[in-house]
Parts: sequence; C-alpha cells; structure tokens
Amino acid sequence: MSLIEKTATELLALQAEGKASALEIADAFLAASAAREPKLKSFMLAPDADAVRTRAKAIDAARAKGEPLGKLAGVPVAVKDVLCTKGIRTTCSSKMLENFVPPYDAHAVERLKTEGAIIFGKTNMDEFAMGSSTENSAYHTTRNPWDTTRVPGGSSGGSAAAVAGCQAPLSLGTDTGGSIRQPAALCGIVGMKPTYGRVSRYGLIAFASSLDQVGPFAHDVTDCALMMEAIAGHDKRDSTSVNESVPAYTRTVNDPVKGLRIGVPKEFFGQGLDAEVEASVRAALKEYEKLGATLVDVSLPHSPYALAVYYIVAPAEASSNLARFDGMHYGHRTATKGDLIATYSKSRGEGFGPEVQRRIILGTYVLSSGYKDAYYLKALKVRRLVKKDFDDTFATCDVVMGPTTPTAAFKAGEKSDDPLALYLSDVYTVSCNLAGIPGLSIPCGFTKTGLPIGLQLLGTPFAEEKLLRVARMYEAATDWHTKRPVV
Amino acid sequence: MSLSLDDVRKVAKLARLDMPEADLARMQVQLSAILDYIDQLNQLDTDGVEPLAHPLPVRNVFRPDEPTPSLPVDAALQNAPSRVGDYFGVPAVFDTDEPVSH
Repeated sequence: MSLIEKTATELLALQAEGKASALEIADAFLAASAAREPKLKSFMLAPDADAVRTRAKAIDAARAKGEPLGKLAGVPVAVKDVLCTKGIRTTCSSKMLENFVPPYDAHAVERLKTEGAIIFGKTNMDEFAMGSSTENSAYHTTRNPWDTTRVPGGSSGGSAAAVAGCQAPLSLGTDTGGSIRQPAALCGIVGMKPTYGRVSRYGLIAFASSLDQVGPFAHDVTDCALMMEAIAGHDKRDSTSVNESVPAYTRTVNDPVKGLRIGVPKEFFGQGLDAEVEASVRAALKEYEKLGATLVDVSLPHSPYALAVYYIVAPAEASSNLARFDGMHYGHRTATKGDLIATYSKSRGEGFGPEVQRRIILGTYVLSSGYKDAYYLKALKVRRLVKKDFDDTFATCDVVMGPTTPTAAFKAGEKSDDPLALYLSDVYTVSCNLAGIPGLSIPCGFTKTGLPIGLQLLGTPFAEEKLLRVARMYEAATDWHTKRPVV
Repeated sequence: MSLSLDDVRKVAKLARLDMPEADLARMQVQLSAILDYIDQLNQLDTDGVEPLAHPLPVRNVFRPDEPTPSLPVDAALQNAPSRVGDYFGVPAVFDTDEPVSH
C-alpha cells in the first residue's frame, strides 16, 4: 500500500518508527493531490507546496532533536474553504469572498497547527455551505472519486473527495444539515458532526449559527477519534462552545460497548429509501446483532417534518448572518456607482450565487412581518418536538442507527434544476442538527455499480466517545473502510 | 403559487438583493414549491409547545471588562474594497455622490 492510501494513524506510526519522514509523506500527498486534481477538483486552493514542505521539514527537525510533537505531527489536513486560515485566501466558494484573506485562523485550524498538522489546501464546497452536491460552488464542481460522473455530496464535497481520493489523509468540514455525514456516505469514508458546542465555531464563516458544527473526515473511525481529540474543547471566543473536558477518544475507541442497545427508527426506512441502501444498512444492523447488540424498534414521529423545519430555520438564520456581506468592509463591492442602498443591493446581487440568493429570500420572507409566526415560530415549536423525540428514544437505547442518505451518489447535473429534490437528500441528517446531538457516518457497503453506502449513528449530547466506540465495533468486524477508489 | 411575483420583488428589496426580472420569476416558482413543502408543518398541532431556538441551554457568558489588544488597523483594513487613510471608503449615505475610492 502506498503512502497516500494510509491512514493518519499509520502515517504517525511510520514517522515514529523512522520508516517515513514528514517530508516524504508531504511530497507523496503533494504529488497525488496534483495528479488527481484535474479529475476530482476537490480543492478551491491547492496546497502551497513550499509552505507544506517547509512545515514538514520543521516537524522532521523537531523529531530529530527529540522535541515534543503534537498528536498530528507531520500529517497533512485539508480544510474546507469556509474556515478562516490566516494569510490564506478563504472564499466560501463564493464570488462574494473571491479575494478575502482572513487576518486570523479559525479555532479548529489553530488547534490542528498546534498539534503539528500540516494545513494542506482549501477544499471546494457549495457556496456558503448551502447545498448537497458541491455543484453550488461559484467556481467548479467536485467529482466523486468512486465515479467521476457523480457528485461527492455536499456541502463539504471537496473535503470528502480529497480524503476518499487520497489527496489528503484527513480533512475538516462543517455540518449544518448533513454537510459532513452526507458527503462522507457518498464518498465511502467516515465523517462526524460533533454535538453542538463541542467544537468552537470561532473563525467558521457562519451559515446557520444554531446548527453549524465543525467536524472531521477520515478513512476510519480511529483517525476520526484522533481528529476529534485535536479539535474539540472549550474556546472562550465562541460563547456557545461548551466547557466540558474532552475525553481521550483514541484511548477507548477499541473498547466495545457491552449490552449495546441500538434504536432503529421506522421513519428512517420509509418511502424514498433506495433498496440497495436499505439492504446494506439492514445487513450492518445484523452484524451488530452478531456482535451482541440488541436492536430496538423505535419511532421518531416528528422526523418526517425535520426537513421542513430545517428549511425555515436555516434560511432564517442565514438571511441574518449573510446581512454582513454588504460590500463595505470586505467582500465584493459592485463597480456600478450609486447610492448606499443601490451599492448594497448590486454588490449582493453580483456576489451571491443563485442558491444563496434563494435562501436569503426564503429566510427574509419567513422572518418578515405578518409571516414570522406562521413560519419561523411554527418551525421552532416543531423543532422542540423533533428534539423531544430523541430525548424519549434515548431513554430506551444507547444509539440510533439508519441510512445516512436515501440513495448513493447521484449524477452531476441530475438535481441541479430542482432545489427541493436536492434538499431531500438530507432527509435523514437534518434532525440531528436541529436537536444538537452528535452523529457520524461510516461506510457499510457498496451498490452493485460500486458506489459507497453510509450507515448513520446518532447519540446523546456529548456522547462522542461512546459513538466512536460503537462505530469501531462494526468497523473492526468489516473491511469497507480499507477500500480505496481507483482514480 | 403561494408567492406572487410582487412578494418576491418586495422580499428581494428587503434583503438588499438586486435581481434581474427573469431571476425573480424563476425564484417565484422555486420558492413557492419550497413553501408548499413547508406547509406540511400545519398538519401538526403545536398549541402549548415552547419554541426551541437553540438545541442546548445557552446562557449569557460574562468576562471581566478588561481591554485586550484588538486587530491592528492594517489587518482590519486589508480586505476593504476601498480604503481612505485609516478608514473604510464608502459611498455617500444621504445623496448620490460618487463613492469615495482610491
């Protein structure tokens, strides 16, 4: 197996054993990311070879001197272009921020650097994280490494494709309604949305502030645990980041959960679920039974309404958050001269793409005078019911499982003219964000045509440690996570 | 159509989005479909249910009122579309004079 197909944990071991240097690893990924980029187009901004090699050499030098090294020393990590990187252009894949260079690092990026990771390019995404296919990028469409005629999912499609396509061993994404778990499922890798408040949102360009979370993409659960150890924890710069200690996830990840009770909600197996996806997920549940788990039939009666709630709450918050892009302090300003209002409207009309405009208008409408109670307030009440469903369900089981997505990866262009059809690909993932609970997707099989299928695991707030252990139980008994696509 | 073209035009204006007429018409069709989908929430009785704006209990977070260094002026202005000395250059607010630019 070549260096680029290895996990971060393996790359760390190779360095510790003196079998590979950080520089050799960096060079291998620089070569692979460049060679594969024309096919995959994972990156908004390719990794800066000079900066990457300089950093790798510094890690090698520190190791040679016996200096203390971080948890991710010498491991390249690609970063979704919604996270601020000091001195490195951060665009949100939008024309609005085409030339934006942040003066500071996002907390998660800062944490990665502290742990010795090498920031490895900025990945493509749906503009301002709004989308489920990465086709809403204002620049280019990323392709699925398993079939380049298909989408990688979204909005963190570039981060998922980069890891699945072995352009980087790890990456960071963000998840507002499924934007980590859905692309992880479609690309056959592991992706985790932590509990709301587990990872600081400082330096994350806001989409919907009560839903957004930063989280990792990785080849396997152990690497996911490693990334979580690095990025989780309190940050006083984000007042919603929770002051709870971070467990040593990697230390316990191999400990099976005894007497595991898995809730299987009937609402996750209804109309619209592809038969092959269902078969793989049912087989995974059987595997858990073989491992000693008990399956419990549960119901999340309000989950069929979660998507409708989401498409009120997320656009409402987005319309408010994106009001800051007015062409005055940073971002695109129109060249057309006019008064202040005209300058705002022209700058925003030119700078935002169609999906972002759609959501701003939708959000403005549901918050506008005369409609706020009927839409926004109604949605917040149903949000309470969605959360209560989970509270009730977790009284009878440890985790909830089901498919991450209703289908495997779809063709590029297939849903781009029908926003509602595209929204439906998030039908199983949004309720987790509304309730603020942690969730992850792990690979659980392939369709007959070779497209990956994802199993979604949901847990109680701050139960990431248990969720990772449960995920690892299945992974240890299967080999889906060892598969790599031929790019 | 749950939204009229005038509704869309009015909301676009509220949202400060300058949009060509053809885009407004397309937006009307797409947003109406989304609002029709959203209307399923009306099947649920939510009388007496407390709205939930945040998934976890959030409280005010206080800190001592002590000055700390803020972003240096050059860093704060590095992305300004127009800079005038140590200020952001912006169009006139009360008349239609040409925007200040450098």
